[in-house]
Amino acid sequence: MSSVNEAEVDSSSIGRKVWDQVVRYQSIVVPVIALVIAFSIGAILISLQGVSPMTAYQSLFRSALFSPAGLERTFEKATPLILTGLAVAVAFRVGLFNIGAQGQLLTGALASAWAGFTFTSLPGFLLVPVAILFGALAGAMWGSIAGLLKAYRGVHEVISTIMLNTIALGIIEYLISYPLQEPGQVLSRTPAIADQAKLPLFGFLPSGFFLALVSAAIIAWMLTRTTLGFRFTTVGKNKFAAIYAGIKLKHTVVLSMIFSGALAGIGGAIETLGVVHRYESGFNDGIGFDGITIALLARGNPWGTIPAAMLVAILRSGAATLQFDTGIEPEVVDLLLAITLLLVSLPIIAKAIFRDRAIKNDNVTSGWGS
Amino acid sequence: MVGVPKMNAVLDFFNAHRKGTIYSLIVLVAAYTFYFIDGVRSTTMLEFAWRFSIPLVLAALTGLIGERSGVVNIGIEGQMLTSAFTGFFVAAFTGSLIAGMFAGVLTGLAMGYFLAFVAVKWQMDQIIAGVVINIVAAGITSFFYVPGQILTQQMPRFAVPLLSDIPLIGPVFFNRGFFGLATIVIVLTLNFMLFRSRWGLRTRASGEYPQAADTAGVDVIKLRIANVSLAGLLAGTAGAYLALEAAGTFERGFTGGRGFTALAILIFGAWYPMRALAAALFFGFATALASQLQADKVVDIPQQFINILPSTLTLLVLAFAAGRVRPPAAVGAPYSKGNA
Repeated sequence: MSSVNEAEVDSSSIGRKVWDQVVRYQSIVVPVIALVIAFSIGAILISLQGVSPMTAYQSLFRSALFSPAGLERTFEKATPLILTGLAVAVAFRVGLFNIGAQGQLLTGALASAWAGFTFTSLPGFLLVPVAILFGALAGAMWGSIAGLLKAYRGVHEVISTIMLNTIALGIIEYLISYPLQEPGQVLSRTPAIADQAKLPLFGFLPSGFFLALVSAAIIAWMLTRTTLGFRFTTVGKNKFAAIYAGIKLKHTVVLSMIFSGALAGIGGAIETLGVVHRYESGFNDGIGFDGITIALLARGNPWGTIPAAMLVAILRSGAATLQFDTGIEPEVVDLLLAITLLLVSLPIIAKAIFRDRAIKNDNVTSGWGS
Repeated sequence: MVGVPKMNAVLDFFNAHRKGTIYSLIVLVAAYTFYFIDGVRSTTMLEFAWRFSIPLVLAALTGLIGERSGVVNIGIEGQMLTSAFTGFFVAAFTGSLIAGMFAGVLTGLAMGYFLAFVAVKWQMDQIIAGVVINIVAAGITSFFYVPGQILTQQMPRFAVPLLSDIPLIGPVFFNRGFFGLATIVIVLTLNFMLFRSRWGLRTRASGEYPQAADTAGVDVIKLRIANVSLAGLLAGTAGAYLALEAAGTFERGFTGGRGFTALAILIFGAWYPMRALAAALFFGFATALASQLQADKVVDIPQQFINILPSTLTLLVLAFAAGRVRPPAAVGAPYSKGNA
């Protein structure tokens, strides 16, 4: 009798230990469950269109992962996504919700394209860093506008960055249609960048991808191991404590938006130098907005942006073939991502599974007036 | 004998709303001076301004009701987008504009309830909830979008008797489709309700000092949920207007950031319905002016700059107005009993 009891106790305590681990790693468990649910809903919608969901998903993943060209495309797409994800994540640390990664990415992309077709006499090992620096600076400048407006005029960053996205797009469309347009061209686009400015490929891995990984590492280090990172985190967690500790609130806000903008700008620069090779209207669409999804999926963790960006990149990269193979609109990817985002950012899953042990999402963003 | 108390009432009103009355008079005089100089142009421009303003006013009121009761609504854009989507496609598939209108408006209600549920009941971060609504709305509407649908009917126009005979204002404001007239009624009603009714007092109290409202017996959470949901009706109306009356079509990403401009208008209007109306008209008129100057070849502004004019104005207005006006004190903070 007693041995049976002991066995029961044992198994339940093992179960408890496993459960404790699950609870501990719920920030990974929850996104995974969210993905499973999103893909299941997606499967239902796909089968409603008369296509077998298995075929559709197979086609999506096969084309994104199991061919050299597809892999290259996936990593190419992941590169700027990691950077815009980081851009949103850094701002999150300070309690700012940067919706403007898109505009910052566009300004960065244009600035690096300009550098790429202007300083053509520079050798490649100089021109590439110069062009990326131009991208970073332009992105930082565009991001800093929102930071300054927030710090000194109390304008909420969500609205200002949305407006700055539109304004950036308008100004850039003007620039590439008139002053910076490729001579003799009807399309709205700049001249191509110099050949030595183009980023090389290592097999199927674009070199920009390594840059993105390095950026993620630097940001992770910066946020956890430096004074600046400590300032960012303190302001984000409790700005009154930060002020009391002598942290300059306004400087920190502006600085974080500069960082955020620079990261998005680098993303745009890499996209220009590695993929588009000029600035052209209609490219770069939506990368900044996917950055929001990525940062929320990664729960603001810089390392988390890498798998999150890879996931989004796989879906985006497979979407075109999906349409070719099955006739399903590529927008199904938007839907899948939207459902995932909804499930990850709303406390639905965590509450259903972990109940009172669910990690409570703090109110990360700041309120209206402040 | 009869004239004296009437005169007093007018004076009282003037004293209570001195600035508003003076500004309105100045604007009216300017408008009619312009009208007598160039009747056609002034009517076209005012017409343009009002058509531009209708969705902005409705969207701003959606935000206003939410914020006055303590809930930030960044998701207006997404609420309008889904409403425009269902409004248009229901109208296109059934062939009935009325059905489309109901579908659009009710979608707004559902989206409003959704925000209320996650942000008030679950106390999720209100701003993240709103942004998520926008992204999800964009995803859903672009997936289910069906190209090549058209509306077979046009929204009818109604001429309000007497009022529509006033020069300039009459044809622009009172000879319109359902939505334009409804907007005027909604602004006036909301203005009255917010400051003259029990509901209004409770709403403002739960936006300013929810603990006090709670102590006085107001169920803050219930009120916030009801208000944010009902406010969704207005976002739904704005979406239905855009799809059924203004454009007569639906495209992906169709609302074009109006939901965010509306938030700026709300702040510019200092959380007052009438001032939000004035702010929206100002935005509309500025855009109308730029387009008119462009069309008359007075100035050669590239089209791209005309397109970004509303956004730039929004930013400027926020930069200069946001510091001067005060939002409801408890806006953005989730409320729960015993968590004061």
